[in-house]
Amino acid sequence: MKYKVSFFVNEEPVELYVPANMTLLYVLRDMLNLTGAKDGCSAGECGACTVIMDGKPVNGCLVLAPELDGKHITTVEGLSKNGKLSPLQEAFIAHAALQCGFCTPGFLMTATALLDEDPHPTREQIMKGISGNLCRCTGYKSIIEAIEDVASHYEGGKRI
Amino acid sequence: MKYVGESLQRVDSYKKVTGSATFVSDVKLARMLYAQVKRSPYPHAKILNIDISEAVKLPGVKCVITGEDYKKRGGLYLEDRNFLAVGTAKYCGEAVAAVAAETLDIAEAAVELIKVDYEELPAVTNAIDGMKPDAPLIHPDLGSYKVIPIFFPQPGTNISHHYKLRKGDVDSAFSTADFVTEHSFFIPHIQHVPIEPHAAIALYESDGRMTVWASCQSPYAVRQALSASFDIPLNKIRVISQAVGGGFGSKAGTTLEGIVIPLAKRCQGRPVKLVYTREDEFENAYVRQGLHATIKTGIRKDGKIVALKNRFIWDGGAYTEYGVNIVKAAGYASPGPYDVDNIWTDSYCVYTNHPVGGPYRGFGMCEIHFAIEQNIDIVAKETSISEVEIRRINGLRKGGITGQGEKMIVSGYHDCLETVLKEIEYDKPCVNTSPVKLRGKGIAACWKAPSMPTDVASSAIIRMNEDGTFFLMVSAMDIGQGSDTVLTQIAAEVLDVPPENITIRTGDTDHTPYEWQTVASRTTYCAGNAVKLAAEDLKSKVIELAQIKMCAYKRELEFQNGFVVNKMHPENRVPIQTFALGLTLPDGSGVGGPAIGVGTFVVPNNMNADKYTGMGEHPVAFWTIGFNGAEVEVDTETGLIKVLKMVSCFDPGKVINPLTYQGQVEGAMVQAMGTVLWEELKLKDGHILNKNFVDYKIATAYDIPELIVKVAENAELTGPYGARGIGEPVMVPGAPAIANAVANAIGCRFTRMPITPDDVLNALKGKNKK
Ligand code: FES
Ligand code: FES
Repeated sequence: MKYKVSFFVNEEPVELYVPANMTLLYVLRDMLNLTGAKDGCSAGECGACTVIMDGKPVNGCLVLAPELDGKHITTVEGLSKNGKLSPLQEAFIAHAALQCGFCTPGFLMTATALLDEDPHPTREQIMKGISGNLCRCTGYKSIIEAIEDVASHYEGGKRI
Repeated sequence: MKYVGESLQRVDSYKKVTGSATFVSDVKLARMLYAQVKRSPYPHAKILNIDISEAVKLPGVKCVITGEDYKKRGGLYLEDRNFLAVGTAKYCGEAVAAVAAETLDIAEAAVELIKVDYEELPAVTNAIDGMKPDAPLIHPDLGSYKVIPIFFPQPGTNISHHYKLRKGDVDSAFSTADFVTEHSFFIPHIQHVPIEPHAAIALYESDGRMTVWASCQSPYAVRQALSASFDIPLNKIRVISQAVGGGFGSKAGTTLEGIVIPLAKRCQGRPVKLVYTREDEFENAYVRQGLHATIKTGIRKDGKIVALKNRFIWDGGAYTEYGVNIVKAAGYASPGPYDVDNIWTDSYCVYTNHPVGGPYRGFGMCEIHFAIEQNIDIVAKETSISEVEIRRINGLRKGGITGQGEKMIVSGYHDCLETVLKEIEYDKPCVNTSPVKLRGKGIAACWKAPSMPTDVASSAIIRMNEDGTFFLMVSAMDIGQGSDTVLTQIAAEVLDVPPENITIRTGDTDHTPYEWQTVASRTTYCAGNAVKLAAEDLKSKVIELAQIKMCAYKRELEFQNGFVVNKMHPENRVPIQTFALGLTLPDGSGVGGPAIGVGTFVVPNNMNADKYTGMGEHPVAFWTIGFNGAEVEVDTETGLIKVLKMVSCFDPGKVINPLTYQGQVEGAMVQAMGTVLWEELKLKDGHILNKNFVDYKIATAYDIPELIVKVAENAELTGPYGARGIGEPVMVPGAPAIANAVANAIGCRFTRMPITPDDVLNALKGKNKK
């Protein structure tokens, strides 16, 4: 049986018929060809699939497609506007907060939601906030510093 | 220098922050089929019968194969492996059959319908037991396997390689030593845990061409292995490796590619895709080999180590086609970075019914240094010479002699030691913040050489476009370590053009030139040299033509900022793109043709060591040496260890990019910390008990200590701009430095990793009883 769901992805309306057991991650990756969100475990344990749903970071692999009706989803593909990178994307580049890059979309989404919620978190809050996202390459320090950089240099999306 | 040594932003970062980097799992092709694998539930079992009749009948199933369909064995150094089990299943989870179907769900359902009858066989679940004469044989036909003749399998046993290092006269050296002491260590299996699980797609077309998309570190090695196993000529097989989501060695060999190819062969025109689950990744990608190490040390009163006797028994798992070389590398590096005259080492690779052991960042060095560097501290304590002094006395200096008898032309050992001591303030006692939380500091050294055949080759091609921009083509893969950036910087330096004018292309065996493998921390050195030579070749060809145009001798001309410039008369300059397609003479005729540079590299004068003693004049390309320091806090009530600070100092020869260097080192320290605190593949009778991230913990952002990265640069004579490899070595000293710090904090020594809270509490209990 398939469910009809209408929702928004990166501000664009989407209408789909989805199987009950399909996850948001595979709605994005397979049905919408938005492959930025990654599958690292399919079990809610690595954060590679993180996207933002109604302002909150969620593991795409744990959200079932029928729950999507009426929701607003933001993926890594929606972070840059008209080719302009978001401050976090810029900071990840400047700090080399990525190596293989497989975890990067997930970190960017978690960090975006974190700063939306509290634009000036402490280092400790950042470390805690991103601890559900696994990275095997960077050792996290550069990621934490990239987020700190944005937290201390931006106010309401503008550089201060 | 203009670009080398600068913190250039990673050239791959834009696509990685926008989600547009394409990993194999992101690739979707028209009419794609999905593969699933039937796996053995037993660690060791005879396959009596496989019934696929129900599976093939399921609507949507395109084909089902078993090991009987492809019986040819393969392997990198020792041909002991089938991609699908033939006759017996040798580890729990081994592939015995595979399905390709229209959807993943159908493939999964079909796998359930395959019925396999097994007869369980006694399993070998410990390498030491596996060496015993009465152990069940895992490869009874070992004697008939094809092997590269620098490895010595012992038919009729489970030993697939016995490496020997014999230097000096250990027995008489031990008899003259003032102290002789022996200690044993154990390092269990761990897994690489790249966040991207392995993935592969194969497409077989009617004209006999096979295209494989693989998340692999070494597309040419994969092409070779697949060509040999499936009898496909090299000009008909194309391996494409796009973005690779971390490898750490696990993507160095050929694994699931060998399953999609036979499926694709039977489903002509339909791409077949297989993506590992996290559970598969733990069980069916490689794991790090386990190690039982014993070190006997003879030392004089003045602190000089006079003799070492090492016995390494490696748990190689069910197949050791790659693992035998790790055992060899560990054998020749067995003394560590110390100048010791008398050494006797036996390093054994032993088959067990465990998951397949393979290359893991460090290639045996993390394992042996956990033993070597704790042994140094233990010996220091036993002889009442400080652990710092012992290292100062015995550490390899320039002009010192390695375990294999080679003279060190350059060594950063002492520079790195002093820097780490200073940064961790080793001479200052720790300040405990609570009576139940005890702090301690530790240090550890390491060395590593690329473990590769002496004659392996690299190449690079660089082409100038009509506007003076460039394409650089190599097959060294950026698996996160930053090679795309570093290689671009090297080319930019030679050509004196901004790095953004150079686009690097990698990983397509039809189009990018030969590279042996992206392993062994050899890419900056080997591929870097090839790129430098290619850029120099292009430059020299352009200058050749510029002589005519600029009426000057070659020696007077150079590349500057996108121009060919006359050094004596800098106003006399011509944009480089003038020569992109050759030179047009005043009469309209053309000479030269398109500007293409070619660079090829093999390590100069790298020769095999003696087969029986391991001695050699120049058996390895170079040694990378460095140190870590660590400060820890041990909670004596809970047993929890918190790492407060880690310091790294290595001698990379020359840092090409400080930003990516720092990233490599930080990542390595945190990975090493995870291995010594938490990581272990828990095996019970050959079954893995922790195949997920809840039960197998790796470090998170919340766990990381303060990380300090230092360098001591002593140029490598044959390295590009003096650089040598660092990606693997920088992980090696982390675990022993932390173990030494823990020992210094609570006075208990842990010879097994990981050091769990239970271990700590038990040790403290034992200590208090005494
Ligand atoms: S894929 Fe969703 S948390 Fe790992
Ligand atoms: S950059 Fe590779 S997993 Fe994070």
